[in-house]
Amino acid sequence: MSGFDKVVTSYAEAMKGLEDNMTVAAGGFGLCGIPENLIAQIRKMGVKNLTVYSNNCGIDGFGLGVLLEDKQIKTIHASYVGENKMFEQQMLQGELEVILTPQGTLAEKMRAGGAGIPGFYTATGYGTPVTEGKEVRQFNGRNYVLEEAIVADFAIVKAWKADRFGNAIYRHTAQNFNPMVATCGRITVMEVEEIVEPGELDPCQIHTPGIYVDRLIQGTFEKRIEKRTVRAA
Amino acid sequence: MTLSREQMAMRVARELEDGYYVNLGIGIPTLVANYIPDGMDVMLQSENGLLGMGPFPTEVELDADMINAGKETVTTIKGASIFSSAESFAMIRGGHVDLTVLGAFEVDIQGNIASWMIPGKLIKGMGGAMDLVAAARNIIVMMTHADKHGNSKLLDQCTLPLTGAGCIKKVLTDLAYLEIENGAFILKERAPGVSVEEIVSKTAGKLIVPDTVVEMTF
Repeated sequence: MSGFDKVVTSYAEAMKGLEDNMTVAAGGFGLCGIPENLIAQIRKMGVKNLTVYSNNCGIDGFGLGVLLEDKQIKTIHASYVGENKMFEQQMLQGELEVILTPQGTLAEKMRAGGAGIPGFYTATGYGTPVTEGKEVRQFNGRNYVLEEAIVADFAIVKAWKADRFGNAIYRHTAQNFNPMVATCGRITVMEVEEIVEPGELDPCQIHTPGIYVDRLIQGTFEKRIEKRTVRAA
Repeated sequence: MTLSREQMAMRVARELEDGYYVNLGIGIPTLVANYIPDGMDVMLQSENGLLGMGPFPTEVELDADMINAGKETVTTIKGASIFSSAESFAMIRGGHVDLTVLGAFEVDIQGNIASWMIPGKLIKGMGGAMDLVAAARNIIVMMTHADKHGNSKLLDQCTLPLTGAGCIKKVLTDLAYLEIENGAFILKERAPGVSVEEIVSKTAGKLIVPDTVVEMTF
């Protein structure tokens, strides 16, 4: 008997409870380290009017881009978007609200949300259009902007390996936003390439402790490459 | 002669020091990596969570989980480390990166920079640029002196929405190396064969020309 066992066996079960109008935080940078099967499940469920927090919004036909096909996203908070035609179209037609957020601020908003810190001051974006109307405070003669934390109804995360308790390790730069996203969900769902038994992973090497993970599922991944750059051998 | 992109990268590379952690922006700044002096150890930071970025992989090394902030597949060098986006911007925001090199549309005499948004054109976002310019103590902007219509990009006041306010002190263009001090550009060096007069005529913002302006050599 283990109340710590987070493993679920179907993607339907993994995303159970996600409804219209909810907020979703998603890990990944470009197409690297994205929870591609959890995104596909959201597509399948057909839930609408989602508010999404993610550094990017995928490409046409892959990653978060697939949620644009049936107009499931109402608002997206991201630092860099528009790698897809459908995104551009929906944004220009006013069907998709885009809130551009500096990359480091987005990461910190998620980290703060998961850490129970409701807001923080940062110099990033001061004097630019993205912080207009936000509270400004001086520290040591410099202006800082108040940014509020993100807590999402669902957080969807991709890791490399995890034990059944949700202790997880990321692989290379597929780590990116995933550790912060894992902390900021009311329900955090993690998909991995391999689930192992507790004790098989070195506790010193864990990136995300299982306490943050509510549901865990093993999947297979396409891992599409966005910009394939190689050199001669 | 105006500097080629390679010469611009070579000039910026002279600012590197052994043991520097450096963030190179997308575009021309990435060329600086090709001119790190032999024997000098420099670690390139990529804001998606990598310190110690190496060259592009061979076909055999290619790995979807190993990319840089430009989403290109890359490798790591010996002594590299990989971490989360929050950690990556903690080291940026905390001022731990020694040198940041990035491009821009406009820079002005107050050290303001505009580099991410042209109203009326599709806006893709600022990525990590606002965090980088707000935090780094040592930033070099690398850009052409004028845009393709011949309009100066060194202004009294930026006309485009800002990326950061009062954060730029050094600018390298294809014509000159300039510093920003007390509300003016100071002409420090000129490209080989480029006259002071040409630089003056192509600089819209207040420009101070010292008695001697060194000519760059390559």
